[in-house]
Amino acid sequence: MPGLGITLGRGGATTFQQDLRNSDCILIQGSNMAECHPVGFQWVMEAKARGATIIHVDPRFTRTSAMANQHVPIRVGSDIAFLGGLVRYVLEHERYFKEYVAHYTNAANLVREDFQDTEDLDGLFSGFVPEENKYDVTSWGYEGVQGPAPAAGHKELYAEPGAGEGEPHATRLKDAAKDFTLQHPRCVFQVLRRHFQRYTPAIVAKVCGVPEEQFLKVAETLCANSGRERTTAFCYAVGWTQHSVGVQYIRTATILQLLLGNIGRPGGGILALRGHSSIQGSTDIPTLFNLLPGYLPMPNAQPSPHLDDYLKSHTSGTGWWSNFPKYVVSLLKAWFGDAATRENEYGFRHLPRLTGNHSHMQTVADMADGRVRGYFVMGENPAVGSMNGALQRKGLRQLDWLVVRDFTLIETAEFWRTAPEIQRGDVKTADIQTEVFFFPAAAHTEKDGSFTNTQRMLQWHHAAVEPREDVRSELHFMFHLGRRLKRLYADSRETKDQALRELTWDYPTRGAREEPGAEAVLREINGYTLQDGRPVSGFTALKDDGTTACGCWIYSGAYAEGVNQSARRKPGHEQTWVAPEWGWAWPANRRILYNRASADPQGRPWSERKKYVWWDEAQRRWTGEDVPDFLVDLPPDYRPSPGASGVEALAGDDPFIMQADGKAWLFAPSGMMDGPLPAHYEPMESPVKNALYGQQCNPTRLEWSRKGNPYHRAWGDPRYPFILTTYRLTEHHTAGGMSRWLSWLSELQPEQFCEVSPELARERGLSNGGWATLRTARGDLECRVLVTERLRPMKLNGTSVHQVGIPYHWGVTGRIRGDGANELLPLVADPNVDIQESKALTCDVVEGRQATRARAATGTTQPALPEGLTLHRRDSLRAGEVDHAPWQEKKKDEER
Amino acid sequence: MSRKGFFTDSTVCIGCKACEVACKQWNQLPDDGFHFTGMSYDQTGDLGCSTWRHVAFVERPVPLPGHDTGVGDFSWLMVSDVCKHCQRAGCLEACPTGAIVRTGFDTVYVQPDICNGCGYCVTACPFGVIDRRPDDGRAWKCTLCYDRLGEGMTPACAKACPTESIAYGNLDVLHERAENRVRQLHEQGIISAYLYGKDAANQPGTGGLNAFFLLVDKPEVYNLPPDPVVPTMKAREAWGAVAVGALGMAAVAVGAVLFGRRGTP
Repeated sequence: MPGLGITLGRGGATTFQQDLRNSDCILIQGSNMAECHPVGFQWVMEAKARGATIIHVDPRFTRTSAMANQHVPIRVGSDIAFLGGLVRYVLEHERYFKEYVAHYTNAANLVREDFQDTEDLDGLFSGFVPEENKYDVTSWGYEGVQGPAPAAGHKELYAEPGAGEGEPHATRLKDAAKDFTLQHPRCVFQVLRRHFQRYTPAIVAKVCGVPEEQFLKVAETLCANSGRERTTAFCYAVGWTQHSVGVQYIRTATILQLLLGNIGRPGGGILALRGHSSIQGSTDIPTLFNLLPGYLPMPNAQPSPHLDDYLKSHTSGTGWWSNFPKYVVSLLKAWFGDAATRENEYGFRHLPRLTGNHSHMQTVADMADGRVRGYFVMGENPAVGSMNGALQRKGLRQLDWLVVRDFTLIETAEFWRTAPEIQRGDVKTADIQTEVFFFPAAAHTEKDGSFTNTQRMLQWHHAAVEPREDVRSELHFMFHLGRRLKRLYADSRETKDQALRELTWDYPTRGAREEPGAEAVLREINGYTLQDGRPVSGFTALKDDGTTACGCWIYSGAYAEGVNQSARRKPGHEQTWVAPEWGWAWPANRRILYNRASADPQGRPWSERKKYVWWDEAQRRWTGEDVPDFLVDLPPDYRPSPGASGVEALAGDDPFIMQADGKAWLFAPSGMMDGPLPAHYEPMESPVKNALYGQQCNPTRLEWSRKGNPYHRAWGDPRYPFILTTYRLTEHHTAGGMSRWLSWLSELQPEQFCEVSPELARERGLSNGGWATLRTARGDLECRVLVTERLRPMKLNGTSVHQVGIPYHWGVTGRIRGDGANELLPLVADPNVDIQESKALTCDVVEGRQATRARAATGTTQPALPEGLTLHRRDSLRAGEVDHAPWQEKKKDEER
Repeated sequence: MSRKGFFTDSTVCIGCKACEVACKQWNQLPDDGFHFTGMSYDQTGDLGCSTWRHVAFVERPVPLPGHDTGVGDFSWLMVSDVCKHCQRAGCLEACPTGAIVRTGFDTVYVQPDICNGCGYCVTACPFGVIDRRPDDGRAWKCTLCYDRLGEGMTPACAKACPTESIAYGNLDVLHERAENRVRQLHEQGIISAYLYGKDAANQPGTGGLNAFFLLVDKPEVYNLPPDPVVPTMKAREAWGAVAVGALGMAAVAVGAVLFGRRGTP
């Protein structure tokens, strides 16, 4: 999400799936789109039928590769090296879109003199604080600008030094020194060029295992299909995100797309294919610990409890985020209604405060340490779907209570009875004190509501049938839980209960079951004026004076005119190809974001073929196929006055209006936890040393060094010689809760299997259809073997490295059963979004059914190292004398 | 009513198996058991009494023109197989009870309330499509969603197919579409593309298939017979042989009587 958010301004796909048909080239990487998004893949097929070139870069030859014109096998976990190689190719061969880059990105900005790159520090950037595993971003700033740059309203702001402490942000980002000739050695363009200088085709071959001619063919195809007349689109999914440096994968792709001039234009863009239904929605109206609805940052416990200070440290002086206070106050009015007044800071003090990391993995660790008492699980099956499954279940065993809402008794609901460690006798049911409440959940066909899909589009679904017996919707559960809690605390006079008492919780209900009206919730999310209760037309109508309420500002407009816009289903043949009247997309029903960039700086389409949004001089407004993502009447030649602030500070050629400077950030002066530019780091567990830098792994990655979560050696661990990657199959749904109980889906992929190359099969005596045992330090599992030429050993620097693939859908209950792949994975995460590294690790494979099912999390000892070997430090001593790993382990030891 | 059928274009099949699931869901068919086959991603094996759509996965060490793979000479072919609804349907011709009929849509339909489970149709199908269910003994196969066609609906499999690999419609329209597609593929260098069972000229042994296919390798590669012949096609030949045999035997018998007598002392 910040990969796109920090670079472009919004954490969402820049385009929509139907627009892929306009692409001249589609590069799919970090995604198995044909298998995981088969319905959306029809637009890739449509593009191919129209003559587009489809490229699939993936460790395995999948069903997507089978449809691609070019399949490039890549070593798991090396995508930044590959994409960085492409960036270098575009820069060195002068193939970038010069006008686009110069006008629409921050390429011309000068970076501070004290900035040091990975080139200077062997894999680190300036500002690294080893004691904290964090960067001080001060030196990443622009010359001529004081203080950290405001970064797209994200939580990262609060993580930065100075933020939230009343220190004003760099409000005058536009004042940064610039060199539009792009020749100054410290301008972003030249910094970028130097940074990627070493990502040569030879290095790509060495790191990724991609032969030079294959790499060059991809590079040439991308360049040939970008520019005024042609556009290339990128599609990615969790194959990019689930790495300890995942956000930077997306950053690299975004930088590349910006250099090629493909953002904001038809057939271009970056399509973030979300993991499952409404995952985009669950970050928009977040289930994340550190965000409030609409990407507003969750307030920190320190240093100030006051709304004014919160607003001051998050409000950008210029750009769209200068409207920040309007969205915060409207949200507080939606939540606390009449009780929210200017005098009591609109109830701001009622909001929870962050005291640290409360991400999923940290919560699991806290649970296992007995620091969490209760746990709600809805629409998730963490006993199967969560990395280090045994540690997750250890956490469940330490709870006082657990609530599971699902269709069936999934593994998480039955961990006390069916878990592998119970079956093995390591844990006895009688010793588990956790009280488990299971609530049967209604399916989407049994309830009203919306999905926000991969392209930011809300689509409404109506209940077709009433749920049976005691089955209820999530909305019903949450509403009635809230109502009961409010009743319980109605008479309390304690301050801590005030938030609950003042919370507006008055959705209308219908029927004997008192099902709350989902449309009433959408109306609140859309926003309304408090004076007459009329729904607002969009977020431009929101105010910071307490006269409007809005549950999620980016969704404002979804219920404009009192009409459920997301329920619109006008057939495609009755409207334009953009289909603006099918559902509703945030923001403001824009289907391609940053579409001002589809026109040149003067507001004319870059070409007739790629015409999308342009300036109509006669009408003095922006017009075109889509809702313009710009100030609709701001002429292209408008230049703000030197002292202008807020939205008025945006010029007529600033297409990235969410950014304080209106430009896309090739170089991120703030907002990223692990560097202003992407750098290739090896995964936490890798077969090889980092060939690019002395720094082996992402220095700011999150580790959980504890007995139940042992790691392998950083590279070349002789116990675990093979690369392991996990993935999904078309036939199943994530942790299996929606597929393993269905015979029609179960028969299509009935057993847990691993995919290996014929070479590895020979080496380890594996036979097709037979059994294999996979091992890591966390545990082991048994599965069937599929020997296939779709997987080949990678040639890395002269040596041959094997990759093993395993889908993760299976668990111990359901119609079909198997050992879960997540039993093998450790807890380790990207520092920006706390996402797990489940796509790249190391393992061992042996023939036959040899699993002991012993788990590190249940106290079995870690496999011993061979004689004469010690555990390597993950961060080389050469890397700026960074030696933080022992410190980190020491600190963790003290904590325990 | 016009003749209806399927045109299944294997070159755009992404192997998602939505057709298999949609078919089972609409027709409420039971599962086929849960067995790992080890045959690529194909776990249901073949068409049968309770699997009326089946996606074949072929991993072959042959490249597809216009497709570069990083794994050497390789391509992964997929195609969704189904009852062919033959112009000369072996099952229909073999059915002694009249349970199998040709519908107004020119499709071949088994009436489950008339089928007595004799099983003649099973051996008469040159594709091995129709199959008896172990529990009730009756024969079952794809109905081409007869119950949907009557309502003007698209068959479940074609409706679910995200890439239009399964196209449903009037046969003449499908024929034209298929021929254009073959031409297009030939232009793209995939000269191995051809139509399987489009009409009687293309496949005399069946008189042509209402559910025909676009393939890029030999039929056997996809587990389809290269030269299917409906049993009754050999009827004249067979009856001729029978006649010759019968005449011969009669002649021997007569001869035996005549010459036998003469020889009797």
